[in-house]
Amino acid sequence: MMDPKTLTLIGGVLALLGAVTAVVRVLRNRDDNDINPAILESFRLRIRAWWLLCTVLAAAFIIGKVATVVLFGAISFWALREFITLTPTRPGDHRTLFWVFFLCTPLQFVLVGMEWYMLYSILIPVYAFLLIPARIALTGDYKRFLERVAKIQAGLLICVYCLSYAPALLTLHWKSGDDGTNVRLLFFFVVIVQLSDALQYAWAQAPSKHVIVPTISPNRTWEGLLGGTASVTLIGGLLWWTTPFPAWMAAAMSMVASLMGFAGGLTMSAIKRDRGVKDYGTLVEGHGGVLDRIDSLCFAAPVFFNFAYWWSMI
Amino acid sequence: MTARVLSGASVRWIDCQPETCQRVYFANHTSHLDALVIWSALPQKVRAVTRAVAAKDYWASGRIRKYMAEHLFNALLIDRKEIKVHRSPVDLMIREIGHKYSLIVFPEGGRSSGSEIGEFKSGLYYLCKKRPDLELVPVHIDNMNRILPRGEVFPVPLLTCISFGAPIWLEAGEPKSDFLRRARQSVVRLKDL
Repeated sequence: MMDPKTLTLIGGVLALLGAVTAVVRVLRNRDDNDINPAILESFRLRIRAWWLLCTVLAAAFIIGKVATVVLFGAISFWALREFITLTPTRPGDHRTLFWVFFLCTPLQFVLVGMEWYMLYSILIPVYAFLLIPARIALTGDYKRFLERVAKIQAGLLICVYCLSYAPALLTLHWKSGDDGTNVRLLFFFVVIVQLSDALQYAWAQAPSKHVIVPTISPNRTWEGLLGGTASVTLIGGLLWWTTPFPAWMAAAMSMVASLMGFAGGLTMSAIKRDRGVKDYGTLVEGHGGVLDRIDSLCFAAPVFFNFAYWWSMI
Repeated sequence: MTARVLSGASVRWIDCQPETCQRVYFANHTSHLDALVIWSALPQKVRAVTRAVAAKDYWASGRIRKYMAEHLFNALLIDRKEIKVHRSPVDLMIREIGHKYSLIVFPEGGRSSGSEIGEFKSGLYYLCKKRPDLELVPVHIDNMNRILPRGEVFPVPLLTCISFGAPIWLEAGEPKSDFLRRARQSVVRLKDL
């Protein structure tokens, strides 16, 4: 069963979500406000999906490590579906895609569950990345070869390899710390990244707007990035007691997670722009696809894991 | 439900509502799973009175397929090899649906291999000539040719999009070729909406 610290963290997040839900509901029912109703509506739908994410995650935590790894594996699988669906492939890629979906993806998460760091850290960047071009070459279809290989590799890297480092946080070993340390660290990570998403969006509504990359995302401004990252760094620092880090390290980790989250969101926006779509899928209402929700998690997870891994060695 | 989650289909009803009245859903045909996917995209109530027309040589071979076709989605199996004048599939369809069931048909006859939708066979025309009261609902299935291309055994789990379009009818005295062209156009149009 969970220790008081973990319960406080999860309870705190649920309370925060409840409070935000209430505030948005009150604002919606008031007619005389100057807030743009479209922004409010988009926020309301985001909150609804966070509720879903939070409850599922909390449930998986309570059941245990295996359930959490399986949950992230399922999310990866779905995200990869969305990614490949949007990426044009040729009939020659069919068998390769089959291996990617039904061998590489499950195997990666099985290895994470087995805590086999030496293998899961290279399974995709070495073995899968070599298997993909070789298997496609075997079909004899050489048209736009590099492009097709790169697309499948990118999907596998972002949706599966990167995301698998989130449940990999559960496999860290700390010199000091209790059973709940890893669970709290994963929850801390997910909350910080989602929060940085929301805060960057909220700060971007500030009156002065300096858009960073107008051709890709008119919603991402310098105000949003700096304001959001600063707020998240502060919040992460204040939550240091839930992590195995001292306050300054918790703050630094939050800052890194926020910046990586930004990079992830921007990269996935660029891909969506190129394909001419707004969202990747339709699973959770108001959130586009699964991939639209986890793009920042995907980019932040491996870097966050790496820093935590070093720290656990010290 | 399972097929729906597995195929990850998003369903769009464009100028058309799910109804239990007698209809003929006609769709482009790119994979063996098409009939199953369309059928599972329908709401429960509509599904109960809808039967898919499927090829006997595929769906009656193998125990699992046979079970699925007979018990799960109540398919109407047509023998493609033995089409004769006195045992035409159209008559069989009309007899089987009575005044209760709707049908899912694939007027291309076989699976088209590319992304282009092939010419429609005349079966749809004769079906409508005999039963002009049936509503014809065009259906477009996107991506199924990537999920299970011709000649492959294992599907790849990509997401599909199924679009139902505005119903059409056979106009009185409309020539066969005009009607078939119009029907095909109504499916093609759904692709870009």
